[in-house]
Amino acid sequence: MANETKHTLRRILRDLKKERKWLIVTLLLAAVTVALTLWVPILIGNAIDKIEGKNKVDFSAVTRILITIGGSVAVTSLAQWLMSIFHNKITYETVEKLRNRAIARVQVLPLSYLDTRATGDIVSRMISDVDQFADGLLLGFAQLFTGILTILGTLLFMLMLHPGITLVVILLTPLSLFVAAFIAKHTYAMFRLQAEYRAEQTAMINETVTNQKVVQAFGHEAESMREFDEINERLSEASRKATFFSSLTNPCTRFVNALVYAAVGLTGALAAIKGPITVGQLSCFLSYANQYTKPFNEISGVVTELQNALACAARMYALIDEPAEVPDAPDAAVLTKAEGNVDFRDISFSYVPEKPLIQHCSITVQRGQRVAIVGPTGCGKTTLINLIMRFYDVNSGEIQIDGSDLRKLTRHSLRENIGMVLQETWIKNATVRDNIRMGLPDATDEQVIAAAKAAHAHSFIRRLPQGYDTVIHDKSGELSQGQRQLLCIARVMLALPPMLILDEATSSIDTRTELKVQAAFQQMMQGRTSFIVAHRLSTVQEADLILVMKDGQIIEQGTHETLLQKGGFYAALYESQFAH
Amino acid sequence: MKKLLRFLAPYKKECILGPLFKMLEATFELFVPLVVASMIDRGIANGDRSHIIRMCLLLAGLAAIGLTNTLFAQHFAAKAATGFSARVRHALMDRIQHMTYTDLDTLGTSSLITRMTSDVNQLQNGVNLTLRLLLRSPFIVVGAMIMAFTVDIKGALVFTVAIPLLSVVVFGIMLLTIPMYRRVQERLDAVTDTTRESLTGVRVIRAFRNEQAETDKFREENSLLVRMQQKVGSISALMNPLTYVLVNGAIIALIAVGAVRVHTGVLTQGAVIALYNYMSQILVELIKFANFIINITKAVACGNRVQAVLESGTPVPDGEAAPQIDESARGTLTFSHVSFAYAGAAEPSLHDISFTAKRGAVIGIIGGTGSGKSTLVNLIPRFYEPTSGSITVDGISSQDFPREALRARIGIVPQKAVLFHGTIRQNLLWGRADASEEALTAALETAQATDIVRAKKDGLDEMLTESGHNLSGGQRQRLTIARALVRQPEFLILDDSTSALDYATDAALRKALRNLPQNPTVFLVSQRTASIRHADLILVLEDGHLAGSGTHESLLRDCAVYREIHASQTQKTGEEVQPDGK
Repeated sequence: MANETKHTLRRILRDLKKERKWLIVTLLLAAVTVALTLWVPILIGNAIDKIEGKNKVDFSAVTRILITIGGSVAVTSLAQWLMSIFHNKITYETVEKLRNRAIARVQVLPLSYLDTRATGDIVSRMISDVDQFADGLLLGFAQLFTGILTILGTLLFMLMLHPGITLVVILLTPLSLFVAAFIAKHTYAMFRLQAEYRAEQTAMINETVTNQKVVQAFGHEAESMREFDEINERLSEASRKATFFSSLTNPCTRFVNALVYAAVGLTGALAAIKGPITVGQLSCFLSYANQYTKPFNEISGVVTELQNALACAARMYALIDEPAEVPDAPDAAVLTKAEGNVDFRDISFSYVPEKPLIQHCSITVQRGQRVAIVGPTGCGKTTLINLIMRFYDVNSGEIQIDGSDLRKLTRHSLRENIGMVLQETWIKNATVRDNIRMGLPDATDEQVIAAAKAAHAHSFIRRLPQGYDTVIHDKSGELSQGQRQLLCIARVMLALPPMLILDEATSSIDTRTELKVQAAFQQMMQGRTSFIVAHRLSTVQEADLILVMKDGQIIEQGTHETLLQKGGFYAALYESQFAH
Repeated sequence: MKKLLRFLAPYKKECILGPLFKMLEATFELFVPLVVASMIDRGIANGDRSHIIRMCLLLAGLAAIGLTNTLFAQHFAAKAATGFSARVRHALMDRIQHMTYTDLDTLGTSSLITRMTSDVNQLQNGVNLTLRLLLRSPFIVVGAMIMAFTVDIKGALVFTVAIPLLSVVVFGIMLLTIPMYRRVQERLDAVTDTTRESLTGVRVIRAFRNEQAETDKFREENSLLVRMQQKVGSISALMNPLTYVLVNGAIIALIAVGAVRVHTGVLTQGAVIALYNYMSQILVELIKFANFIINITKAVACGNRVQAVLESGTPVPDGEAAPQIDESARGTLTFSHVSFAYAGAAEPSLHDISFTAKRGAVIGIIGGTGSGKSTLVNLIPRFYEPTSGSITVDGISSQDFPREALRARIGIVPQKAVLFHGTIRQNLLWGRADASEEALTAALETAQATDIVRAKKDGLDEMLTESGHNLSGGQRQRLTIARALVRQPEFLILDDSTSALDYATDAALRKALRNLPQNPTVFLVSQRTASIRHADLILVLEDGHLAGSGTHESLLRDCAVYREIHASQTQKTGEEVQPDGK
């Protein structure tokens, strides 16, 4: 743990190298600010000492001191301002740089990394962790630094004024920290109870409100309301206690501080009678006593924040430092226009070494052939797609396109030659036109419309509020699942690459439209090597090669007829799925 | 926001006592500088030790009284705030229970959930802070100024200049930055969205070689965000230096004025210190108040959203009492020239639909996605009201029935098979709270769900998790069918609710539905002609229009759309294989 922290810290320092001189300047400015801020009460005390009473005012001295105060205030405020400006500069530029590095890394991370992690987790590393790191670490560090300086400075100044009174302050102030810690410890249980009831209520709200239509359809409103009120009652009570007890911290620490203030007043005033300190110094002491505990309370908050920031930094760096996928070989060739001969030569592949998946598999696909991939759900049909697109690399053997190993081609040129439509539609947050143009960014409007027409998407796009210029979002429900699928098909129809991968590309489209889209696919597949994950019998039957997959393995391959004759898994599948 | 205050009504006492105790505490705090001044002027100047001790005890006493007052204040504030939020949540939930489907569509369930959870929490926090701080800080500022005037009128004039200047700086910066922080949040949301997009679309992005475009888009949004942050930052950075200059400027002026006044003997040294202390108090309170305003702005925004929900929706006229039914017409349902458009939609989803369903008939409804099938059946229980045309039930306009009475006669199986946290039995009893054990068994039998319950260790008392996620889709579907049957409905609506069932189960279910003793009128929505081909009447929908109606045979003959749908599916099942491309 400690080792890890040290590692993260070293990592951070390395990244902040360029900012180092700004950081040092900031810290120097902070030191100036603290010293001058602490000096002002002393000056004010001195000034007060020069106005003892009637006809006992030393005007020239007061004027001198007031001018000094004015100068000091001017310098302090300038330093404070510069400090904030530099601080903002460092923080926000660091955040920007880190996020840009993170997104650049995401684009080259192997899919094996991205597939095994929740999207929300990576998003939070890039967004909130970076924020918390910058806020917590940089701001926290600055606060810690000023806090410690303030405490040390105050102690030093107080000791110079009067060691005895200083001792009173040092002995009494920890009390307020104890009180704060005591209250925090005891409110924790109440907060936990509140959180528990709140979670219970949120779950109930989630379930009920999400399915409100069903609740109403069955006239279950009163029942739901009763259940809700019961939890609501409990939550309210727990919440009242938690709110009350947590709001005790401030008044209680304030009370302790007031006692310190009184004690300083007592010892100070008594000392002032005997004469070792002046009235002005007493007033200075009192203002110190008021300020002295604040940095303590802040520091205890800052320390947790710093720990949190370090944890966030570690999570963020874990993402940024994650090894990228194997880069294209330096001598990688550019695949210009593939013929479409695909050769799997004795390949083996598994996602995790412990669970072997495809072993010693060989497939030969000639240019222009249609390959259907069939099998029960979860049989690993997407694994093949992952390998052809080079989202994953084979463990042994090689896949060749037109005689050259995929790994000896640049990824971009390989992917440029393959058009892919996945069952899971993905729409980019952009206009319809830009979504279709993804594969051919400089396509003309006419080409886009022609592709949309070919995909039978033109009529619904025209009905959208701004037609092809309508901005669509991935999450929002303005397009139906089927319409989204048609858009994805239009993308490929526009790019028209030499090879195709269609993964259940029409699964959400109603059967009548599907029939029309299929006709367009048929036309497109002429002369193009195609890999089709399909549920339609006609597509499977017409394929030149059928790959039957089960549990991640290709267990049979052949044409419809030869496989039926063989009477194996495919024949059984055919019986159960297609024929009634 | 204002209208939400009525939820505080039962806490009138707390709302008055809370701030009152808080102000009492503030009053005692205001005496502190005077006590210190007296300690200096009488105690130190005269060497009066006992006076000093008395004054210090007084300070401690003031602190103790202040603490006691605060405890009361916090107690009242916490009680009022949490009580208030509980009542708001109750009102929200109650409102949601009585929302029409149109309201639910417009507001969106996810936003309703946010309103009920995080918005109400913010609101509770806001009320709590308001009760504690709204009056306290201004009270201290004004109080400190008044106290300064009692100490010395001339010296206090400095305050009348300093306080407005300080207020302008503190509140000016705050007002300037609040909308900017909102922009920062919007830009941060945009960056988050793009990040999410890059991750969820990674395969497509790489397949279409769009990595660079995505990275550029992110960089651009990221730099917009950072620029906005720096802009707000540079304004906020002025706050500390400016207030510091103003306060210390005022103190310099105070000492200068004080020096003259002390010299002429109008003022004592202690009084100058008192004035100086009052100035420090004012600064602390102004900054506290500024933070309070920031919190309150957030709470008010939440409050407005909550109020919008409470006020949303237009009440739809409802039938008074169940009308007298002509028994011979019982169970018939007629649509005549019904059109319907969703709120805010450009085009109607249903155009001029007319048909009659006789008692006990099975009505099949078929069409592509988005053709209006679900919309049509949702009009029957009055989840939505037709935009034009009329629907009659038992020969009487359905709007003359009280909604609840009408719905009690209808069993619905929604498209999304949703069950609720609770036992299977509890879920089935949603259909009819007083259903007998036999009724449950019979419903399960018809729904082909007997084996699901039998396979469970606890049978009917098996616990289901939230939304029934511990069952498969097909199991959930059959249980939701059983739930609707428990009601022994006169009208049964199955909205594409057999999609996860295999062919044999689907067929068995359809057969069982025909033999129900209460002989309900059944509406069967499906995408598959196989599921509805034996219906007494089939309605074919296309883009909200009735493209044809009749039996399977007559539609095959007369309706091109139906023929195409049928052809596209029979091909798949291998019954009539046709070559694809011509």
